Amino acid sequence: MSDYNFAYLDEQTKRMIRRAILKGLAIPGYQVPFASREMPMPYGWGTGGVQVSAACLTPDDTFKVIDQGADDTTNAVSIRKFFEKTAQVATTEETARASLIQTRHRIPEEALSEDQILVYQVPIPEPLRFLEPSEVETRKMHSLEEYGLMHVKLYEDISQHGAIATAYAYPVKVEGRYVMDPSPIPKFDNPKLGMAAIQLFGAGREQRIYALPPYTAVVSLDFEDHPFEPSKADHDCDLCGASDSYLDEVIVDDAGGRMFVCSDTDYCRSRRAAGHVGAQGAPYEEGAA
Amino acid sequence: MTPLLQVQGIAKFYGARRGCEDVSFDLYPGEVMGIVGESGSGKSTLLSCLAGHLPPDRGEVIFDTRADGPRDTLTMSEPERRMLMRTDWAFVHQHARDGLRMGVSAGGNVGERLMAVGARHYGDIRDQAVDWLGRVEIAADRVDDKPQAFSGGMQQRLQIARNLVTGPRLVFMDEPTGGLDVSVQARLLDLLRGLVREMGLSAIIVTHDLAVVRLLADRLMVMKDGRVVEDGLTDQVLDDPQHGYTQLLVSSVLQV
Repeated sequence: MSDYNFAYLDEQTKRMIRRAILKGLAIPGYQVPFASREMPMPYGWGTGGVQVSAACLTPDDTFKVIDQGADDTTNAVSIRKFFEKTAQVATTEETARASLIQTRHRIPEEALSEDQILVYQVPIPEPLRFLEPSEVETRKMHSLEEYGLMHVKLYEDISQHGAIATAYAYPVKVEGRYVMDPSPIPKFDNPKLGMAAIQLFGAGREQRIYALPPYTAVVSLDFEDHPFEPSKADHDCDLCGASDSYLDEVIVDDAGGRMFVCSDTDYCRSRRAAGHVGAQGAPYEEGAA
Repeated sequence: MTPLLQVQGIAKFYGARRGCEDVSFDLYPGEVMGIVGESGSGKSTLLSCLAGHLPPDRGEVIFDTRADGPRDTLTMSEPERRMLMRTDWAFVHQHARDGLRMGVSAGGNVGERLMAVGARHYGDIRDQAVDWLGRVEIAADRVDDKPQAFSGGMQQRLQIARNLVTGPRLVFMDEPTGGLDVSVQARLLDLLRGLVREMGLSAIIVTHDLAVVRLLADRLMVMKDGRVVEDGLTDQVLDDPQHGYTQLLVSSVLQV
């Protein structure tokens, strides 16, 4: 007996996690406590997301992992290898081919469909945490729908910076009820949260799972005179020329040289394969990247 | 006239030890009630029970609500009671840092209660915050400073502004001038007296400082060992104390 159980976790644990997921789907935005297990990776590396993925995976699934939009960073590569080894599932870098996508801090540019699941890695699930340190108090605030404090944070932003400076983990209200932290995705991605795919959020260290069913009404909090604005770098992608994608700024030399590239590597690659070339890009060659 | 607050037979025990017992009084709109007594006499326990911070073992606290008339706040549902706490009630703590959010600017501190009752217009919230800072004599250019940068007296005034911004009808104060030097105390008392008169507030002030009640309170209750030993008009109690303990209390005040 040297094999792993399918997807690493034992069946009882997966059952427990699935129950938490179902409860989360039934109460969109509500943080469901679950008995988070130790995983063979440190907290902060996606232990919550990995457990949710493990509970959702079936042998027929095609799995994709992105970290800040990229398929090829350490976190993404190691989690993809983990499930290749423990679940022998097919993996892909193509958003459209994946049936289950685990993500850290981004939503893919390509719109997801109803037969896909998006799993988020969440560091701190409690949106009120840095305003109210007591967990007892924040739970009471959620249960009584006392969310005035969330606006105090946005007020502070405007009074200090002249505009709402929160750029990621931007708080949202789900179906007019729970205020939720959408994990540290850029606020550029917030309008996509009402998507067709199921969205599951796993926080391993904090032992919470929450979820958004397809087509959930998700509203980003704001003030009447300072409305919510999704923001991105005012630039086009230098590799593929896309003007509608979220961009990373990359420093390329010691003389202040920089380029802006799509943070979603699969989106950028597919656009370049289709013949789009950005300001600093070279024509796409298969396998050249 | 309906009393704003009717307190009937409040008792609170900590195990076998008595916190307070058999406290009953009526508070009418616009009236300021002082509660004095030595340390451990149960006055803070009583205030916590009245303000809903601590569940009493017996008794009723009936508040004349705007919507439904007199209701027992102890049997109200929790959302209703908490709504009351941030609209019609206010609580001024002895230590300003218990009542303020120290990591949030002065404007945010004042605006919090407005946002908690649904204000969602930044400009309006800020205008009201600046207006209230002015009323408690804090300069408008301090609106974005955090309370850490304020002196003790300013912090206490900020706490008062934060509490009064939603126009409450009943204010609970726990030693509002404790820990402040005498000249700052005098200014704060002056300010409080002005606000109470101007807004027609009712207030319950717990203190061990007889000068504070002499200035602010219409009526006085003297507590000892968890029970009320004497009550009446402030001047009457202080000038002609009947109970032995009150006589001791009044004669203990240092004359300069």
